[in-house]
Amino acid sequence: MTVSTEEIDPTAVPGVVEPAIGEELLSVNGLVKHFPIRKGLLQRQVGAVQAVDGLTFNVTRGETLSLVGESGCGKTTTGRLLTRLLEPTSGEIVFEGRNISHLSEGKMRPLRRDVQMIFQDPYGSLNPRHTVGKIVGAPYRLQKVQTEHGVKRAVQELLELVGLSPEHYNRYPHEFSGGQRQRIGIARTLALRPKLIVADEPVSALDVSIQAQVVNLLEDLQKEFDLTYVMIAHDLSVVRHVSDRVAVMYLGKIVELADRVSLYEKPMHPYTVALLSAVPVPDTKRKGNVQRIRLEGDVPSPINPPPACRFHTRCWKAQDICKTTEPPLLQLAPGHQAACHFPENQPGDKPVTPAASEAS
Amino acid sequence: MSSDDSVQRIERGAAFLDVRDLKVHFPTDDGLVKSVDGISFQLERGKTLGIVGESGSGKSVTSLSIMGLHKRGVAQISGQVFLDGQELVSSTPDEVRLLRGKRMAMIFQDPLSAMHPFYTVGQQIIEAYRVHNKVSKQVARKHAIEMLDRVGIPQPDKRVDAYPHQFSGGMRQRAMIAMALSCDPDLLIADEPTTALDVTVQAQILDLIRDLQREFNSAVIIITHDLGVVAELADDIQVMYAGRAIEYGTAEEIFESPQHPYTWGLLGSMPRIDRERTERLIPIKGTPPSLINVPKGCAFNPRCNYAHLNGGASETDRPELLDVGAGHKVACHLSPGERAKAWETDIKPKL
Amino acid sequence: MIVSAITFSIFYLVPRLAGATPETLATRYVGRAATEETVKLTAERLGFYDPIAVQYWNWAKGVVVGAEYDYGSGVESCPAPCLGYSFITKQPVWPELLDRIPVTLSLAAGASLLWLLAGVATGVLSALKRGSIFDRGAMIIALAGVSLPIFFTGLLSLAIFSYQLGWTLPGGSYTPFTENPVVWSQSLILPWITLAFLFSAQYARLTRAGMLETMNEDFIRTARAKGLPERTVVVRHGLRGALTPILTIFGLDVGLLLGGAVLTEKTFSLPGLGKYAVDGIVANDLPKILGVTLVAAVFIILANLVVDLLYAVIDPRVRNQ
Repeated sequence: MTVSTEEIDPTAVPGVVEPAIGEELLSVNGLVKHFPIRKGLLQRQVGAVQAVDGLTFNVTRGETLSLVGESGCGKTTTGRLLTRLLEPTSGEIVFEGRNISHLSEGKMRPLRRDVQMIFQDPYGSLNPRHTVGKIVGAPYRLQKVQTEHGVKRAVQELLELVGLSPEHYNRYPHEFSGGQRQRIGIARTLALRPKLIVADEPVSALDVSIQAQVVNLLEDLQKEFDLTYVMIAHDLSVVRHVSDRVAVMYLGKIVELADRVSLYEKPMHPYTVALLSAVPVPDTKRKGNVQRIRLEGDVPSPINPPPACRFHTRCWKAQDICKTTEPPLLQLAPGHQAACHFPENQPGDKPVTPAASEAS
Repeated sequence: MSSDDSVQRIERGAAFLDVRDLKVHFPTDDGLVKSVDGISFQLERGKTLGIVGESGSGKSVTSLSIMGLHKRGVAQISGQVFLDGQELVSSTPDEVRLLRGKRMAMIFQDPLSAMHPFYTVGQQIIEAYRVHNKVSKQVARKHAIEMLDRVGIPQPDKRVDAYPHQFSGGMRQRAMIAMALSCDPDLLIADEPTTALDVTVQAQILDLIRDLQREFNSAVIIITHDLGVVAELADDIQVMYAGRAIEYGTAEEIFESPQHPYTWGLLGSMPRIDRERTERLIPIKGTPPSLINVPKGCAFNPRCNYAHLNGGASETDRPELLDVGAGHKVACHLSPGERAKAWETDIKPKL
Repeated sequence: MIVSAITFSIFYLVPRLAGATPETLATRYVGRAATEETVKLTAERLGFYDPIAVQYWNWAKGVVVGAEYDYGSGVESCPAPCLGYSFITKQPVWPELLDRIPVTLSLAAGASLLWLLAGVATGVLSALKRGSIFDRGAMIIALAGVSLPIFFTGLLSLAIFSYQLGWTLPGGSYTPFTENPVVWSQSLILPWITLAFLFSAQYARLTRAGMLETMNEDFIRTARAKGLPERTVVVRHGLRGALTPILTIFGLDVGLLLGGAVLTEKTFSLPGLGKYAVDGIVANDLPKILGVTLVAAVFIILANLVVDLLYAVIDPRVRNQ
């Protein structure tokens, strides 16, 4: 790559020192998103889908934070809030010290080059009538960025960077396989050298062999360009591979937030424990001889979530207090937060996760 | 075994389900699509076969053609499929239809789109039961409620009158299973039964399939791209690539001592939650081939790291699926020594 | 309500803009021979000098409670629903409408039944045998049906079947069903077929498209996997799924038709609502036009209501919302 940061970011003021790795890039405080449900002739609001209900976390520069959870947990909504494709109902999103929660579309535009999104469906997110060159070059045109050797050259370099051939410039999305399309999407995302990339299930639509290629690509790009990722995923194996820290969500709330190692080895929230134990493992020796935690039933509706601890309806440890008092998200070990009245794997306890004990 | 016996076995198939050299080709404007190009396997009652492969490997077409659900008139199908001694490929569509739902049943990936949105769950199960059983609606309804109860749907007498959209994803898949099992089939084909489901619900459904198989003693084929799912359920595993089986063996053999470089690739591509985290995944290079333009020789050769060891045979000769001992079959030109060396030194330490 | 107000304004304002005065309007009632004095008197009695809102109010009140009209030659009472008197025939509109509704109703009912059956059946067969000679032939005929105007097909069929072959009665005659069902159907069969030809072509195309889509759905594969006979798969599972959009359009079409199948009625000289409306328009006979418009609007609203209700019966997903 010959496109230097100066060309990409003409607004960069000389003398302003970029924060070093380890500093907070994004912080989210009490983030809420309710989608009103309207009914009848007058469109009276009769309720709300409590998609995201009070999230607090921050993202450090250069790290990968993953949001995991089952359908309806609000992870995709969160991703859309972070990129401000949606406006939060309440709470604040602070990006590089600037509150972006309610910025107008116009004021958001310069920030769009810093915050980019990768989507799950690599086909649906690419305009079928545009060539790859036009798709990947679009951010330059939209943000009116000048490139040294012209847009075409810059696009071809991006294509090479994500493992495509520069000759693909004039082809159309339908000529590519799923994995290649996802690479095109990633190239477009990278065009403006964003600081934060929110990736919504970037590999779940891909075949296993291709999944690994894209995961590796994302890791390489992160190292090369100091990218910060917020990864939204449901595949716990992939999440473990790519993340530095993981936030487990259930019905619009974070129930556990910890660094990768402690989350996978000493999960504290019963939901996390159940989630980890439900992952099918490609190991026939495990078959039948591992005691699994099986959750009953399905995730309740986010329209009318259970009161207090939202997991109590499916939790095997639930007591009366879980139905009346909501457990706060507390730091129970260094870098390990959980929201539970009766957490597992408290410091000093014997680890109970089946996955970790099996591996050791 | 007398000679009479062997004649009998050739004509009627050796196992409960005996698939021999099954081919399903689709002529298209761009050329002949060889979706399935010579598949053979056997499956006994009470056993589970896992068919693993990526999109376009022919795993779904295989199952649909066993069921006689491939596009009629378009597909060119050859080979033999014996179900309990009856050959299906040469049977008339109506003969196969009478077996469908009764002796062989199928569940699909997305239970929402697989159920008719305008009929209640009960109506759909009753319909499935009454095609093959001459009973009154009341009797069939009682049976439907029993089936719903059996697959773990709470309040089955009330839920029987609910519509599919009123069910959650997991409940819908349970209802699909109830429908598939309503006539007590001997063969159950599950095509990506848990791919559309959440992980905790997936675990419930896999448990359910396992329990019901024990109860009904049926043969089960589970088709999936998820090696974790087959490890949970399958006794035997067939790995497919570009319309052909490239490795076949017991689940233990496939996971403990896989022989084909593609199988190694699949195992290396998957991040494992049960092992130490590796720094890097080992992907398979390139992309799966188009079925119109399958590479000559071994279809996997452009993506194979070991193809150069075969002195050009990879590009010219298609390797046959050969037994390498104890029923473990592999279609690869590498010599057993080279395979063992590559597995022990290159692959196994990195998993 | 709104429809009647808009119609009222249009048909009141347009003549005025074209230069008509209350006097010229009143002339229509009393005849050209009348003196200026009489004309003015009549215009005043009929309220033609009032502002448009007042005139509308009086008309609307007449619909609900009835009205009395003073022609100078004595007061005539017009019981509710009073839609006024025709300018030309001086007959009250409502009873005339009542006479004509059965004609239009017969025409619409027969034709819609015919086109629904023919169109859907053709569409289903076309979809199942996609690309076959039947499919191509049916679609060509359907294209012809959509593009040929009714006065062409209508007159052509009249010429052949009625005048040349004498199989059916020529236009212009209508015998109520209650009097003689055989003659009733004989007099209507040609209009039915002509109208149905036009519509069924459209329905065949719609059904074909809908069926092609539905037969690719996953639930069709499930139905086959159950071992259902192909007939059941197509009818119970395929057609039921494809029918919903057709039903919507069917409801609207029938509603429209009940307001008068203008061209068909004119071509076959059937004394229905459409012909009544055309006669009214030609003669600039406002009460007639208003009457037909109101009745047509009521039919369309009713048809929409029925469609919405049927929708809920067909698609349980609509019911719960």
